[in-house]
Amino acid sequence: MSGVAAAGGMSTGEAVTFWILVWPALIGALGMVFSRNAIHSALWLVMTMLCLGVFYVLQSAPFIGVAQIIVYTGAIMMLFLFVLMLVGRDASDSLIETLRGQRLAAVVLGIGFAALVGTGVYRALEDTPAVGLDQANANGNVQGIAALLFTKYVFAFEVTSALLITAAIGAMVLAHIERRRGEKRSQPELMRARFAPGNYPGPKPGPGVYATSDSVATPGRLPDGTLTERSISQILPARELTPAESAPKGTEK
Amino acid sequence: MLVVAQNPTLQDFGHDPWWLVLIKVVAVFAFGMLCTLLGVWFERRVVARMAVRPGLNQAGPLGLLQTLADGLKGAFKEDIMPRTADKVVFFFAPTVAVICAMTSLSVIPFGPMVSIFGHQTPLQVTDVPVAVLIILACSGMAVFGIVLGGWASGSTYPLLGGLRSSAQMISYEVSMGLSVVAVFMLSGTMSTSQIVDAQASGRDFEFFGATVSAPGWYAILLAPSFIIFFIAIVGETNRAPFDLPEAESELVAGYMTEYSSLKFLLFMLSEYVAMVSMSAVTATLFLGGWRAPAPITTIWAGANSGWWPLLWFFIKVVLLVFVFVWLRATLPRLRYDQFMRLGWRVLLPINLVWILSLAAFQVYRDPETGDAKYVILGGFLVGIVLLALLWPSGKRAPDKPLEDQIKSRPPGSFPIPPMDLQVPPSPRARRAVAEREPANVGAGSGGDLPDKES
Repeated sequence: MSGVAAAGGMSTGEAVTFWILVWPALIGALGMVFSRNAIHSALWLVMTMLCLGVFYVLQSAPFIGVAQIIVYTGAIMMLFLFVLMLVGRDASDSLIETLRGQRLAAVVLGIGFAALVGTGVYRALEDTPAVGLDQANANGNVQGIAALLFTKYVFAFEVTSALLITAAIGAMVLAHIERRRGEKRSQPELMRARFAPGNYPGPKPGPGVYATSDSVATPGRLPDGTLTERSISQILPARELTPAESAPKGTEK
Repeated sequence: MLVVAQNPTLQDFGHDPWWLVLIKVVAVFAFGMLCTLLGVWFERRVVARMAVRPGLNQAGPLGLLQTLADGLKGAFKEDIMPRTADKVVFFFAPTVAVICAMTSLSVIPFGPMVSIFGHQTPLQVTDVPVAVLIILACSGMAVFGIVLGGWASGSTYPLLGGLRSSAQMISYEVSMGLSVVAVFMLSGTMSTSQIVDAQASGRDFEFFGATVSAPGWYAILLAPSFIIFFIAIVGETNRAPFDLPEAESELVAGYMTEYSSLKFLLFMLSEYVAMVSMSAVTATLFLGGWRAPAPITTIWAGANSGWWPLLWFFIKVVLLVFVFVWLRATLPRLRYDQFMRLGWRVLLPINLVWILSLAAFQVYRDPETGDAKYVILGGFLVGIVLLALLWPSGKRAPDKPLEDQIKSRPPGSFPIPPMDLQVPPSPRARRAVAEREPANVGAGSGGDLPDKES
């Protein structure tokens, strides 16, 4: 990689790329917070995440950079979009606060949390000497990460995966609908019910199309001349036609 | 010309002067565009031959210029922006799809080190230690174009197409990634040029004391991964029989229903570029990349040097594209639930078991593994025994004979014809023949009674 830099150093290419991409990253982050539409919000977040991926690659962590793009931008944001699309495209945020003071509390708590994490990381890494990327990536970036993941941090890694599996199973249990035997009819059962006595197995007759009417609310006529209610959609309200409506409509004005 | 193939290593990349980089990028872009032009022609000709039709034969020799004419015509069509569309997203969605499909071509190795204007350089735009992951990322991001296009159109069918596409991508990217893992395990690298290098020659395996000579191509060595990978990329590129996002019999044209003119062409372009780039990825990962297949190299030692590998690579890509077209001409579209079941319940478990056994085999083969060998062997045997014992038996209770089934129906049921129904000749037809008066042929002869009897 051309972006391999010694600890603390920054090559020209790295600096140029950083200063170019820092603006889309920031605009994306702000756009994500301020956009009304949930999908637009997600798209701004995608932009920020792509920029972050490039930043990781710049800092000689190509594996994490690309994994960020595949996992977060590709898969997780795609799941987000999937859910948001099911909600509908016109579902925009309203300006009315349902909880009083919710926005202010969110801003204060967000800044507080960021400060907490920042100071925590700073305090933890204050005395850690930087060894430089050349040493960390001595056997190659991917191999270095693999060695750490499968030796030193293997327990943390496995615990995280156990947590994720628990979460996934929990979600499945919550969303699972328990059906008693026979509650959901199988295809053979449906077929048997279709041909059972008292049920007409053929398709429903269409609504009537006659010289006086082509309305879907006009019931169709069976071969014996009777009108059939089965030909009318159940959501149509039954109503009487006024004499003006039922009168034949002439062609001249 | 050099006689010995020069395999590029990762150190060979990143030293090109700017004009060489520009030439390579433009060449790859032109390759993508040209492949689209020829790909549409190829697909239509092949599908036509399979359907016993002549196919394209009007514009240019063998109809070669038809795609160009269609493209020009499409570009001059009116560009319709639906009233309910989300304008910005609607505009950007096709470009996202095309950019992502094109980008993955940049890490494909087209050949070995060659000399371009005196510079020794690999026939590949660039290579990084995580090149295959970049391809995966590109194919994942390309779906954004389809999904966003479907959403931004502001109409129902495109939205359904986009939804299907996103679910499809999430399901099949998993199988795709897992198949690539097997390649990583054997080659020990994620860079495309090194994976091609790892498939250069066959290797010998010590297996229970016997030496087995294995072929170099991962398509043979890792056959399950290869098959699953190919199925997954057909799903990932939305090609038949997995073209559910644009299923024309259900969703009009799916995500591109509302698109017209150049934007529609961009979607078409992205589909064909994705097909070609995914074929190129398959050739690189599983079919030895730009290296000539075995019989050629034994006869002709220089087959893998100079510019010749471009030819082998192109032949492999065309063969894979042919398989894509063949699938489309042969298989009916899957139903959505069948498609999801195939991804999650068939491809994924097979892939997991396969990778686990491959990892066990790799550790078993490793000379550093001591007595743990026997643990692996024992675990494997126990696994096989458990699988054999717990495998669900596929036997069903024999069905009742048809007469019993009909008799067991409640009285008053709607009459169903028997399965072995033979329509008897209509009784009225016979009567009509019997009672018909014969035509009065001999009108002049008078009472011709004996004729009436016959």
